[in-house]
Amino acid sequence: MSIDIKDIIKPENLVYQKSRLLTDRVMHYCPGCTHGVVNRLIAEVIEELGIQQDTIGVAPVGCSVLMYNYIEVDWHEAAHGRAPAVGTGIKRLLPNKYVFTYQGDGDLAAIGTAETIHACNRGENMVMIFINNGIYGMTGGQMAPTTLQGMKASTCPFGRDVERDGNPLRMTEIVATLPGTCYVTRHAAHTAAAVRKLKKALFKAFDNQKNNKGTSFVEVVSTCNSGWKMTPVQSNKWMEDNMFPFYPLGDIKDV
Amino acid sequence: MREIRLMKGNEAIAEAAIRCGVDGYFGYPITPQSEIMETLMLEKPWEKTGMVVLQAESEIASINMVYGGAGCGKKVMTTSSSPGVSLMQEGITYLAGAELPCVVVNVVRGGPGLGTIQPAQSDYFQAVKGGGHGDYKLIVLAPSSVQEMADFVELAFDLAFKYRNPAMILSDGMIGQMMEKVEMKPFTPRWTDEEIVQMHPWATTGKPSSRERNIITSVELDANAFERFNHKLQAKYKQIEENEVRSEMFECEDADYLLVAYGSSARICQKAVQLLRAKGIKAGLLRPITLFPFPTKEIQALLGHVKGILSVELSAGQMVEDVRLAVEGKVKVEHFGRLGGVVHSPEEVVEALQSKIIGG
Repeated sequence: MSIDIKDIIKPENLVYQKSRLLTDRVMHYCPGCTHGVVNRLIAEVIEELGIQQDTIGVAPVGCSVLMYNYIEVDWHEAAHGRAPAVGTGIKRLLPNKYVFTYQGDGDLAAIGTAETIHACNRGENMVMIFINNGIYGMTGGQMAPTTLQGMKASTCPFGRDVERDGNPLRMTEIVATLPGTCYVTRHAAHTAAAVRKLKKALFKAFDNQKNNKGTSFVEVVSTCNSGWKMTPVQSNKWMEDNMFPFYPLGDIKDV
Repeated sequence: MREIRLMKGNEAIAEAAIRCGVDGYFGYPITPQSEIMETLMLEKPWEKTGMVVLQAESEIASINMVYGGAGCGKKVMTTSSSPGVSLMQEGITYLAGAELPCVVVNVVRGGPGLGTIQPAQSDYFQAVKGGGHGDYKLIVLAPSSVQEMADFVELAFDLAFKYRNPAMILSDGMIGQMMEKVEMKPFTPRWTDEEIVQMHPWATTGKPSSRERNIITSVELDANAFERFNHKLQAKYKQIEENEVRSEMFECEDADYLLVAYGSSARICQKAVQLLRAKGIKAGLLRPITLFPFPTKEIQALLGHVKGILSVELSAGQMVEDVRLAVEGKVKVEHFGRLGGVVHSPEEVVEALQSKIIGG
């Protein structure tokens, strides 16, 4: 007996559907990359909170530079490192809107360190999402401020040498010490359970804006198969074995 | 009733910003313009008009806060002085590339480097020829009085929104610090959120179901599409050149010799023209008010009777290049100016015209 696909595609059989806020544009991210999952979760959270017409996203420079192509909200594309300042300008002038920034490690923790720390210190009432994969993806795999000791990148081909390059920076722990932040948490998106936890964290971070609590900061420890030169499966394993011990998951601050 | 006050140029900028309905000011202290933010903080405009005033952690952050606010269709501005404006160049080119209106005030001090806190006009190239990367132009206004410091805030916003382009007020430490009487304009209310949605349909005000999402960006990875965008920018600059030139003439009708000077140097040159006329030398002064667009045609129109031109700037000679481009070699053009924060006297200008142009 043959099964007709039309008999299966029925409303009562629906178990999952793409967020209405995700566009039909094919994402440019590499297969296995964490960005696509996080982009989707953000779209879902905005949809579920019903805040589409009150949300303004600030896109970064790096792999997620074209993120504004994927989520159906108003977007502002910032210069490298400046998303927290751009977000500050938007939020101060439109205090009733929901503002979020989305940055990678080079953007948030190297060139934009001052903007990150001062936005968090002022307690800008917005969500800052921090994708940390320990490498510059878009420019082709150079060393990031969060590259682990000994980890290879194109500008440290023999591994990060802390004598020369300094130690990897735990930005999330730094911003947790600032009174302006209300919610600081670190997650991953490599398993179904991790994705569910991350979505909960993003939901809470966006919802905090309603209560004017200060800056919500969500780090997502991520992979970069292309930059790390591993398969997606190998990357996830490598992340668990190497990234998680230095960047432990969980809430650092929740007030 | 007219409201006349005695105030510093920097204070006039602040007061005018509140009165013309500016939504946000983001800045970082630097001499000789710190009175602008100090005045704003003292005046507490957030209580009067709802205007936001915020001291940022750097000029880089200030201009990027302006970038964010400008994207929302708000009237936003920042002010600084030369070294700070150098730091802002990144944000300024993004604003130009994203075609956003905003006002940047540069109260120029002597450079290069940390330089000095005394007045100079050595940032002309930076303001008029680019400053940041890429093919872009700012609309540049050069006030030469405290009154113009006040008036040009509104004018700069009008032009910035008309062309969706950053506008710069290129002042200097002398105009910023000196006190003069100013006639203040009455308060104009800030635009409401509804007005902004109507007037600036491109702004990131939150996407309703009735329109496509708005995206403020300057990135375009398709070279051919980006070339088309660049041509569109150039067409806009051409339109600005055709429509927005502003200049002032002083004793130019019968002039044999012409001084070209802007800002504080134009004030000194006005006196120099009087001294020259007293000596029987028929001199005149052309004062560019807009530096971009430059009053090229206005200079050319005087070439029927003018025999030589001296460009007088507090710099090593920057605007003189635009004067020479306008004159196209038809008469002699030289530069005179003191450097590094030293201000020339009217007598020095008289002497320079005589030695470099008349006797030269």
